Amino acid sequence: MNETSNERMRIRDGAGKFFKEILTLFFTFFKIGLVCFGGGYTMIALIERDVVEKRKWLTTSEMMDILAVAESTPGPISMNTATYVGTKRAGFLGALACTFGAALPSFLIIFALSFFIEEFQNLTYVGYAFRGIRVAVLVLILNAVLKMFRNVEKGVFSILVILFVLLISLLTDFYVIYTLLICAAAGILYNFVLRAVRYTRGYKKR
Amino acid sequence: MTYLTLFWTFFKIGLFTIGGGYAMIPLINAEVISHGWLTEAQLIDFIAISESTPGAFAINIATFVGTTAGGFFGAICTTLGVIAPSLLIIFLIATFFRRLTDKTVVKDAFFGLRPAVVGLIGYAFLSLTAQVIFHGATVTDPQSFADVDFWAVGLFVFLFVLSKMRFRMPVLKQKYPQVREYKRVKIHPILLILVSAALGILVYGVILQ
Repeated sequence: MNETSNERMRIRDGAGKFFKEILTLFFTFFKIGLVCFGGGYTMIALIERDVVEKRKWLTTSEMMDILAVAESTPGPISMNTATYVGTKRAGFLGALACTFGAALPSFLIIFALSFFIEEFQNLTYVGYAFRGIRVAVLVLILNAVLKMFRNVEKGVFSILVILFVLLISLLTDFYVIYTLLICAAAGILYNFVLRAVRYTRGYKKR
Repeated sequence: MTYLTLFWTFFKIGLFTIGGGYAMIPLINAEVISHGWLTEAQLIDFIAISESTPGAFAINIATFVGTTAGGFFGAICTTLGVIAPSLLIIFLIATFFRRLTDKTVVKDAFFGLRPAVVGLIGYAFLSLTAQVIFHGATVTDPQSFADVDFWAVGLFVFLFVLSKMRFRMPVLKQKYPQVREYKRVKIHPILLILVSAALGILVYGVILQ
């Protein structure tokens, strides 16, 4: 009798701790989502500061591993990172807490704003302002392209892929997702051939 | 039915967003604009709004498109749609396949995907530039480029140079306030947008009136 009640107490205590952990995860990521301007990599810097430096939930090297996975899997990087941190801390519920926590501020703010955006833009001077702002957005996109280009492994293959994608988008209405799938297949094929060639060459030398 | 379409469209967008932030733009171009949920000009404006509000671009644009296309429940569908692929894939990787991204096949696929994304965003940049600076020219039709907005070209060059410049910023140290240190920082995107807004009013509202 006494033992079972102790057992129950322990389970209840554990459940309470788990619930608290989930709430902490949710609010930590809610805060990150709320103060992060600029999305993507800005959010990762904030996650690093809060999760690694402040709360010490993860070590720097664990965080680096998570970032590597987040970058080499489909999906927006910020959401990938949030999900991974959540899973590591508290399984699937933790993943849900972190991801929804990070997404909720955006959702609420944009949902509220979306009712005013159009009327706001119909004001004459706001319209003029937006003609300038559109040019600034072009600059931001160009800088993003340049930054991504710098991060691509340079080589004949990469240049050919970039040119192929540019041409196919300029000249045809080919579906973006098919273009991506073709390039993924091309990457696999290219590396397969490269390895095969290297292997046979090494074989001959021996 | 619309809700299902909204969810499915943004599920695809989330699934094929390789990298962060602006890597989404080509997919938004292909999926959202073709559905008529957003025009190209609206997309550009929204990028600016998203830069100046907190949160990830992915969630911001999903919520905005969802709200305009299907109200509150539309917004929920699109936001869940864009989150779902990350949630599923990363959860599976983190729980069962820790070493999946070490596999050579995945690495090789991303070896092809990364330059592809550069090409796609490069194209998105070209088509949006045609829209803004050449008054809606189509990229493939050279004739349509005759109508150039030279003020916008000047603004573009100025803002690009401004975004590349590094400014001296004093580093505040609480311990030794008398020691002055500087670091060189680039202009923040929000500040760039504010400058461009002021210049937009100056050029289109004052000079060209």
